[in-house]
Amino acid sequence: MSIYSELILDHYQHPRNFGKIDRPTKTAKVSNPLCGDEVELCVKIAKGKVVEAKFKGKGCAISIASSSMLTQYIKNKSELELKNLDKEFMIKMLGIELGVNRIKCALLPLEALKKL
Amino acid sequence: MTSCYKMNKLKKDFPIFNNNPKLTYLDSTATSLKPKSVIDKLVEYYSQYSANIFRGVYKISEKATEEYEETRKIVADFINARKDAEIVFTRNTTESLNLIAYSLGREIVDKDDEIVTTIMEHHSNFVPWQVLCLEVGASFKVIDINDKGYLDLELDDIKYKKSNIKNTYQILKKIVTEKTKILTLTYISNVLGTINPVKEIIAAAKKINPKIITIIDAAQAVPHLKVDVQDLGCDFLVFSSHKMLGPTGVGVLWGKENLLKEMFPFMYGGEMINEVYIDRTIFKDPPHKFEAGTPAIGEVIAFKEAIKYLKTIGMDKVREHEKKLALFCLKILRREFGNRLKIFGPIDENDRGGAIAFSFGKYHPHDIASILDEEKIAVRAGHHCAMPLHNRLGVNATVRASFYIYNDENDIERLIKGLKKVEKILA
Repeated sequence: MSIYSELILDHYQHPRNFGKIDRPTKTAKVSNPLCGDEVELCVKIAKGKVVEAKFKGKGCAISIASSSMLTQYIKNKSELELKNLDKEFMIKMLGIELGVNRIKCALLPLEALKKL
Repeated sequence: MTSCYKMNKLKKDFPIFNNNPKLTYLDSTATSLKPKSVIDKLVEYYSQYSANIFRGVYKISEKATEEYEETRKIVADFINARKDAEIVFTRNTTESLNLIAYSLGREIVDKDDEIVTTIMEHHSNFVPWQVLCLEVGASFKVIDINDKGYLDLELDDIKYKKSNIKNTYQILKKIVTEKTKILTLTYISNVLGTINPVKEIIAAAKKINPKIITIIDAAQAVPHLKVDVQDLGCDFLVFSSHKMLGPTGVGVLWGKENLLKEMFPFMYGGEMINEVYIDRTIFKDPPHKFEAGTPAIGEVIAFKEAIKYLKTIGMDKVREHEKKLALFCLKILRREFGNRLKIFGPIDENDRGGAIAFSFGKYHPHDIASILDEEKIAVRAGHHCAMPLHNRLGVNATVRASFYIYNDENDIERLIKGLKKVEKILA
C-alpha cells in the first residue's frame, strides 16, 4: 500500500492550520538537518486547554500532512492529553506504514509538540 | 547504444536480481551490487579454510594467508602501484583517510600551516582535515566550485577539458602556498559526478610546493575508470571494495612506500609488531604496520574476485558504458521534464561519472525517493554526506540516481516513468 494515501495527500496539498497565531501561549521549532525539514508549532492555551494550534514549515509530504493532522487533533485537548501523545498515536493517526527513515518525517511535529 | 543492451546481460551474474526480479538499482554510488563470483569466494573462505592469517603453521591458515596476500598483489597491479607493500587494507575509504590524518597529518601540520581541500568533498575527506586544523591552529582552505559544477579554477568548460599544468598552476598559486602541507581532493564527486583533472592539479601543486603531500579520494573513481597511481603522481590514493563489486568492510590505502615507512601506526595490537618488550615495541614494516588486529579476512580474499570481474570487462569499457548511460539519462531527463527538473553538475558526459543528482519541481527528495521505491526503483535522497556542497548549491537535499555496469537504458526508462508518477501523485 502506498504511503501517499488520499488522506495524506489531502493534508499535504491543503494543509490545515497553516500559519501563525497572534500572540501564542507557546511556540516550538524543530528541524531535521538531514533533509532540511522544519516545523514551527504554536498554540494558544486557555484554562488548560488548546484553543488554537497552527504550524509553519517546509518539508516533505509526510511531515506537512503529519503537522496538519496533529494541529487539528490537539484543538480542545488538555495539556495533560498532549503529554500522553506518543509515536504509536502518530502512526495510528496517519494510518500508513513508514520505514525507519521516513518515520522521522512523520514524528517531527510530535517532537515540536513535546518541546512546547 | 548497443553496448548498453549487451552489458545488460551482466545482470544474470548478480544474484540479487534473481531474488528481486523487478529491482531497478540506481544507487551504486552508495554501494554496488555483488556478482556471484564474489559471493562464492566469501562462502569458499568461510566453509573451506576460515582460519586466521599469518600466525598459523597449519595448512588452512597458510591457505588463508596466501589468498589474503594474493588480493594485495591484484590490487597493486590494478592501480599500478610500484610494490604490493604500498597497499594497506583498512575498513573503508573513511578509515583510510582518517589513518592518513592521524598518522601523517598530526605529525606534519603545525600552527600557521595550511590544508587545502574542495567544497565538493564527501564528509570523510572534509571533517578529518577540518578537525585537524582546528586542533593545531592550522588554516583550512576550501576550493570552491563554479555554477556549472566544476572546481572553481577559473577555467571555463572547454579550457577545463584541455587544462594543462601551466594554466592550472596560475590559478592554484592563489590557493596553494609553501605553507600548504596537504592537498586532498576527490577524483570524482559523489554528488555532481564531476571528474576532476587531478593529475594536472597535483602537478601544479607540486610545482608550487614540492614538499606538499597530495591525497586523492578515489572511492568514486577506481570502480568506474582506469586509475594509475604512478601516472597521477599523487602520494596517497584511497578507495573502498564495496563500491566496486567487492564485499563491505574492506578499504584500500595506497601510499608511497617511503611515506608509509616514516608514518607512525594508526592502531596498535596484534599482527603489526615484530617484538614487544616491557619498555618498547618494534613494529613491522608497511603494510602490516597499519593492519593491527584480525582484518576482514574473507572479505579481502573475496575482493580480488571483484577486481577480476572488472578486469574481464575492461575498465575502458566500464567507463564507456557509464558515459553512454549518463548521456542517455541527461538527454531524456531534459526532454521529458525540461526546466521542472534541475540537474546538478556538468552537463557534458565526458566530464562526469555515472552519478546524476537533481531536484524536481517543488517535490521533496524524500517523497520522490519513496514514490520511486513503490515502483521498486532504488535511488538516494538527502545530502549524500556532502553537506557543505549542498549548502553551496543552495539546497537541503537532492535526489541521486547512479549507474554501474549492470544498469541499462531500461533502468533509466523506468526512472522516467517513476518520476512521471511522482508528478501525478504530488502535483
